[in-house]
Amino acid sequence: MLGWIRFPANLWDEMQRLERELDRLFTGWPVGIREVGGAPLYPAINVGRTPEALYVYCFAPGIDPAKTEITLEQGVLTIAGERGPWAAKEGQTVLANERFSGKFKRTLSLPDEVDPDQVEARYRDGVLTIRLGRKTHLMPRRIEIA
Amino acid sequence: MNERQVPTPTTQTTTPAPAQAVNEERQAVLPRVDIVEDEQGITLWADLPGVSKEGLEVKVEGDTLAISGNVALPLPEGLEPLYAEVRAPRYARQFTLSRELDPGGISAQFQDGVLTLRIPKAQHAQPRRIAVQVG
Repeated sequence: MLGWIRFPANLWDEMQRLERELDRLFTGWPVGIREVGGAPLYPAINVGRTPEALYVYCFAPGIDPAKTEITLEQGVLTIAGERGPWAAKEGQTVLANERFSGKFKRTLSLPDEVDPDQVEARYRDGVLTIRLGRKTHLMPRRIEIA
Repeated sequence: MNERQVPTPTTQTTTPAPAQAVNEERQAVLPRVDIVEDEQGITLWADLPGVSKEGLEVKVEGDTLAISGNVALPLPEGLEPLYAEVRAPRYARQFTLSRELDPGGISAQFQDGVLTLRIPKAQHAQPRRIAVQVG
C-alpha cells in the first residue's frame, strides 16, 4: 500500500472541515435500506477518496478478520461478520452492556468508477480499511493548453 | 449493608468549564463499554477502534479511572473525505471506583481496538467463606 501517513497535527480542524464538506456536498449519499432504523451501526464507516482510489474505513474493534466477509457485487460493497456474542458466566453480574455483539452486515453503494479488480483490505487497531482502486480512464486528467 | 462496587460513569461537572476545556470535551466521544462483576473484581471492555497502543491512556487518579485514546489512522496523502460516521478524533470516559476496588492491582490488555481492564477487589473486600462448626 502506498503513501501511508499519519493524521495531520490539527486533526480537529480537519474533522470540522470534513463535516462541513459532508453537509454541503454529500447529504444525498444513499443510505442502505437495512440501515434506515435508529439502531447503532456496527461497524461505523467513514469513506474518503484520493485520485487513485476510494477508501472505506470500518471501525470494527474486536473482530476476527478470518471470519469477516467482504464482497463487492454490482457496485455494492458488503461487510459481514460476527462479534461475540458473549454471555455472562455463572457468578457474574452484568453492570453495563453497551458494546455491539452478534452478527453484523453493512452495505454501501459505491460509485461506478470503482474497479472491482483492484480491491485490498487490511485490519489494524480495530479498523478494517478497504482500498478500492478507481478505473484509470475515469481519473481526473489535466489537459494541457497548447 | 448492600453497597455496590460499581464503577459508575461520572456526570459532567456543573461548574462552567473554560472554553478550551469545553472544546476539548466536544472532540471526544464516549467509548462503548461492557462491565461485568464477579466475586474477585470487575472486568471492563471498551471499544476504541483506531487507537494504537501508543495512543491509549488509562489513568487512575484518586478514585477516578480515566480511559482516553486518540484515533490515529494511517491515511493516504490527499485523502478527500466523502462520508463519515466517526467524526471525533478522540475517545474519553471516566469512572469512579468504589473503595472496595484495588486500583493498584488493575491489569490492562489492548488488542484490535478493544481494551480489557481487570480491576480486582481489595483482599479484605473479597467474600470469605466462613465454615460453620456444628456441635
